[in-house]
Amino acid sequence: MRNYDPFVLPFMLGFLFLVVLIIYKFAQWLIRLNMREKVLFRHGMLSRKFLHAGNEVFMESLIHRKMFKANPLLGYMHMSLAFGWFLLIVLGNVESRLHTGAHLNMPYFPIFLKFFVTEKETIPFYGGFTNLMDFLLLMVLSGVFLALIKRMTSRIFGMRRTTNLKVGDKIALITLWLIFPLRLFAESLTAAQHHNGGFMTENVGQFLAAFLPTDQLSYPAWWLYSISLGAFFVAVPFSRYMHIPAEILLIYLRHFGIHSTKVYSSFSELEVYSCSRCGVCIDKCQLHTADIHFNTPTYFFRAIRERSLSGDLTDACLLCDRCTAACPVEINTTAIRIAKRATFSTSFKSDFSYLPANHTRRKADVAYFAGCMTHLTPAIRKAMIAILEHAKVKYHFIDEQGICCGRPLMMTGRLEEAQQLVRKNEALIKGSGARILLLSCPICLKAFREDYHLDIRIMHHSEYICELMDRQILQIPAGTQLFSFHDPCELGRGSGIFDQPRKILSEAGKLVKSKFEKENSFCCGGSLGHTSLSQAQRNIITQEVVNELTKNNPDSLVTACPLCKKTFTRWSEVPVKDIAEIVAEVISLGSTQSDREQNTNSLGIKVHEKQKRK
Amino acid sequence: MKKDKWGYGIHPDRQIDLDNANLSLLELVRQSEPSYNLCIACGSCAATCTAGNLTTISLRRINIYLQRGMIKELREEIRRCMLCGKCYLACPRGVNTRHVIIAIHEALKATGYEEL
Ligand code: SF4
Ligand code: SF4
Ligand code: SF4
Ligand code: SF4
Repeated sequence: MRNYDPFVLPFMLGFLFLVVLIIYKFAQWLIRLNMREKVLFRHGMLSRKFLHAGNEVFMESLIHRKMFKANPLLGYMHMSLAFGWFLLIVLGNVESRLHTGAHLNMPYFPIFLKFFVTEKETIPFYGGFTNLMDFLLLMVLSGVFLALIKRMTSRIFGMRRTTNLKVGDKIALITLWLIFPLRLFAESLTAAQHHNGGFMTENVGQFLAAFLPTDQLSYPAWWLYSISLGAFFVAVPFSRYMHIPAEILLIYLRHFGIHSTKVYSSFSELEVYSCSRCGVCIDKCQLHTADIHFNTPTYFFRAIRERSLSGDLTDACLLCDRCTAACPVEINTTAIRIAKRATFSTSFKSDFSYLPANHTRRKADVAYFAGCMTHLTPAIRKAMIAILEHAKVKYHFIDEQGICCGRPLMMTGRLEEAQQLVRKNEALIKGSGARILLLSCPICLKAFREDYHLDIRIMHHSEYICELMDRQILQIPAGTQLFSFHDPCELGRGSGIFDQPRKILSEAGKLVKSKFEKENSFCCGGSLGHTSLSQAQRNIITQEVVNELTKNNPDSLVTACPLCKKTFTRWSEVPVKDIAEIVAEVISLGSTQSDREQNTNSLGIKVHEKQKRK
Repeated sequence: MKKDKWGYGIHPDRQIDLDNANLSLLELVRQSEPSYNLCIACGSCAATCTAGNLTTISLRRINIYLQRGMIKELREEIRRCMLCGKCYLACPRGVNTRHVIIAIHEALKATGYEEL
């Protein structure tokens, strides 16, 4: 029995190169974690979290559970390749150990077992093993076949667009696709000579023997198989396949409690490498409607890896999180986008010294912070105040002359400038002594929850109204109106509030279903996340969304964000209302007129109020 | 003539000579945000401004400073903006005001006028 042949060298060299490189990369990522993250890592390694993470690695990196959820065929394609190959390696190892009786064999030995072991008798249960191995190979080959079809026509995988590949990816892809057909070829040719194959390789071998000189071809075939493996391993670090090892480390670190922030860190870098360029995010992006392409995380992350990131590419995003919600690797694309914007944006050298130093310290249970956008849509503010008074809540309107929450600045990467506003607002809210901070704008909500240090409950008005209903403080009479609800990005995907608005609306009337709701809801097109998008481009996006959401002829298009409302109002034939307005209307209080009927700029507020007084 | 003697003085010269005005910033802003050219100086942006509630800032005036090359005044005023975006939603002409503000900051940096 032989156990070495020079043809294993390409495989071995590639394999060693890859192992060394992965160790180097992992060490680099781990060393660059900050102190807090390092402590989390050390604790995590010794806790149960380690086991949970292992379980998730199995489910995601091998079975690709989330990919299955996105599309079963796509899931099967990834699973058959990853899990099939993994099982081939495991079984091959078992088999080779049974054969040699040793605990450790050279890494190439199980891979090329059929070349080295041609006498069946030397391995127990040989028939079972070899048929199982053939089955697994068939499974992997079916995955390769599907991948080929996906490259040619991605539609059957539920994808309108698939990732555009560059050279490194192409080399890796071709070598990966070649590995398994070459394995089949080499094993079949050997089986034709030695009859050591399973149900597939044996028959393919017989078939090939009919017209090919199998004894001359089998040895070169093993060389080719080894070269394709080696070439693939060398290509991995320069291609998207680096996501395989990166994702494993990512899953462990996440389980240990490490998350991305608005500052680009070693962890962000790891997330970038974990992107498999699967392309699931591409179709999710509404910027295609505005004829902007190659901006999605797929390409954004690739540009980071290739160090060719531009300011324009970084800016080309609404920060709507549609892609994030769909990403099977759950990469926090928005945080990375903001972090990268910080490196491109010119400093504002902001001067906010004009902000008042002292705040009125009127005590109240609930501090109501309307926010800039709500001041621009006074009907929402009035409705909210009507509801608070109807429910006899002790509230304090803290931003009648208020300032911005800071999130619009943060979204452009200007974190320091935003901090000045954050500190001001923090002092204002703490001064009010309130237990609840009530907000009408989801953009503010997100900022207050993520970037402020406040020890009080921070609630959007949809949550608050829902709670008033639950505690029987607010009764909503059942109605017959038909509502279409639009989940604002920052409220739904951004803050995970999906059920409360639905609960309120189902009390007040009937809610129509949409394909584009909850995680899959649209961005209204008015997002502050994209600064250079033109009005014309925004209009195209908004019109598409309004058409989709009003196609069931609802009585009103309801949303829970002043910016969404403002954006829709220009284009919708159906009245657009905030959920607070609906509630205020049905409890027959407050203004029944929406902004739509008023003059919508802020000068209009006064006109409207005067009219009412007459 | 001395002011303390007579109780009045001559106003500083407020004439703006557009032939000598520094319009380099204006050109840069126009290039980077073409919708700037749509501005009709209506003042809706200034009327709705969040910062404008608390201090003197007016995007309409900033636009005028830019067109007259009054860089010092421009620089002082634009730093008070919070980038909240209210002005953008109020503008009847669809001027991408937030991007105009960013473009002005970028132009200040590119021309080396950002330092006081
Ligand atoms: S960001 Fe996520 S969804 Fe997009 S290509 Fe990468 S892994 Fe796929
Ligand atoms: S966050 Fe929204 S706009 Fe940005 S890339 Fe993702 S889907 Fe597109
Ligand atoms: S973005 Fe700036 S100029 Fe515009 S309204 Fe807000 S604070 Fe005022
Ligand atoms: S609202 Fe628009 S058109 Fe009017 S002054 Fe401001 S930028 Fe110009």
